[in-house]
Amino acid sequence: MRVVVDLSRCQGYAQCAFLAPDAFRMHGEEALMYSSNPDDAQRHQVLRAAAACPLQAILVDQLEGRDAPVGTSPS
Amino acid sequence: MSTADTLQGFKRDGRVVIVGASLAGLRAAEALRDEGFTGKLTMIGDELGEPYDRPPLSKQVLTGWVPADGTTLPRRRDIDAEWLLGVPADGLDLANNHVRLADGRTVPFDRMLISTGVRARPWPVEAEAALDGVFVVRTREDAAGLQRAVAAGPSRVLIIGAGFTGSEIASVCRERDIPVTVAELAPSPLVGGLGAMIGEIAADMQRAHGVDLRCGVKVTQLEGDAQGRVRRAHFSDGSTVDADVVVVALGGIRNTEWLRDSGLAVGVWGVACDAGCRAFDLNGLVTDDIFVAGDVARSPNPMYEYRFISLEHWANAVEQAEIAAHNMVSTQANRWPHLSIPTFWSIQFGVNIKSVGVPTYADEVVVTQGSVADHRFVAAYGYQGRVTAAVSFNNAKWLDHYRQLIERAAPFPPPCPTPDQPLDAKPVPVDFPGPTLLAQGATVVVTGHDPGERRVTAMRQHR
Ligand SMILES: Cc1cc2nc3c(=O)[nH]c(=O)nc-3n(C[C@H](O)[C@H](O)[C@H](O)COP(=O)(O)OP(=O)(O)OC[C@H]3O[C@@H](n4cnc5c(N)ncnc54)[C@H](O)[C@@H]3O)c2cc1C
Ligand code: SF4
Repeated sequence: MRVVVDLSRCQGYAQCAFLAPDAFRMHGEEALMYSSNPDDAQRHQVLRAAAACPLQAILVDQLEGRDAPVGTSPS
Repeated sequence: MSTADTLQGFKRDGRVVIVGASLAGLRAAEALRDEGFTGKLTMIGDELGEPYDRPPLSKQVLTGWVPADGTTLPRRRDIDAEWLLGVPADGLDLANNHVRLADGRTVPFDRMLISTGVRARPWPVEAEAALDGVFVVRTREDAAGLQRAVAAGPSRVLIIGAGFTGSEIASVCRERDIPVTVAELAPSPLVGGLGAMIGEIAADMQRAHGVDLRCGVKVTQLEGDAQGRVRRAHFSDGSTVDADVVVVALGGIRNTEWLRDSGLAVGVWGVACDAGCRAFDLNGLVTDDIFVAGDVARSPNPMYEYRFISLEHWANAVEQAEIAAHNMVSTQANRWPHLSIPTFWSIQFGVNIKSVGVPTYADEVVVTQGSVADHRFVAAYGYQGRVTAAVSFNNAKWLDHYRQLIERAAPFPPPCPTPDQPLDAKPVPVDFPGPTLLAQGATVVVTGHDPGERRVTAMRQHR
């Protein structure tokens, strides 16, 4: 699954790292490192983390798979 | 497109083209659909694949945690677009309102967004840049290559340029215990973005983590072996360093060449636009149908005396894209200005560095709270006696307080908001190397930097 965290909003309170430790980790005292594509098996945890983030800084894909672009190569 | 009726028609079945299909382009597309645009939407991008996120490339991707092709941006909604990928746009015809692609196709539009961002500044000597083991980091392909080279356990990594990206890469390499040399022409790392005082703190941090930091020197030559692999770098002071991986982190070049003959106000600092993201033409007239957002945009900010500011910040790309999209489908009276105070973050050597405001727009800086020795502090920046920016090291929760000071143009130096008032809270000159970013490379001829000034004197100068 696809995840992005708006780190300019994130304040490093680590709720996400507590709820989904495989996808969100603290690096040093307050820097958040996260996986941009956690395993689908973690979906439930990641969604809970996103819901719990007090800054609503975690964005999870709303489509997953739909609307993939149709690329055209240089002809 | 002045009357409400034509605007309604445009929203229903107009044509929007977005050139540059990355963070700003995607967020603008989503916002356009959110705003009720149901017409034809075309995304033009020279990279293949879906839009992806770049900040992890010098962080999680380099550590090996996230694969380079694993940072595809999440979608907030369906955008129902036609994607023309893998071909760059190479011209804009404003008389006929169409974009020209490098393969000869033309794509007509009613309104367009320019979000072509920045590319990595390459090593200036082509043959040396082409040596195996020499990298830049802007795209996921760049990051994949560098990640492989770092994972292979090089004997030494040389990083040329100690800005944010170079410093982050040095940090990841040190975490993996790889010997690292960082070469920086300025007197210290991060000095171009944050000034001399923070630069010295950053230098201490790098050295404490075992980086062989060499400031005030220039890399003059990259030397390869018979197999075309890089093996050594020569410095301006006559010294050399043996390294099998070299990362060129010399900043970015704005992708504006394709607009050179378009008649828009473009230059090395980007495409100039008004606070509502509408592009200026060469005469300083604002266009109605061409919008700009993201790293390629250069726009005036009333909070900084209407100066034209170019930013390479993730959050700016997101916000500006949403404003541009809103304004594309709104009447003049309903348009929004992009008035936000810039924010930025960087993660290096275990420290969360964040900034709010424009640190280069300052003459003085002072540590206002916390402890520099512990790498947990906030420094405030001031210009002519008012607060213009703040930087935190592992103290991000305070930045909102400083954002409010900036918004109120509070007097500088501000008082310490906590009991941990640092002992040496005395403002020092901010000391950027050379002229500040904001003062450089004015490419808009007619509008000038400061409308206040222009009304009185600069207008006469411009005649
Ligand atoms: C390694 C790295 C680390 C970063 N870390 C941070 C960070 O920690 N914090 C932070 O705030 N910011 C960071 N940034 C900056 C952030 O990624 C940018 O601000 C953001 O990507 C800007 O988005 P954009 O859409 O404006 O431009 P870009 O992401 O540059 O996208 C522009 C797109 O347009 C395409 N394009 C260019 N020319 C043409 C053409 N003629 N025709 C068609 N397509 C074209 C490009 O190939 C690209 O896909 C980092 C950037 C990098 C590279
Ligand atoms: S919960 Fe939100 S604010 Fe807290 S660390 Fe995670 S992303 Fe950041």
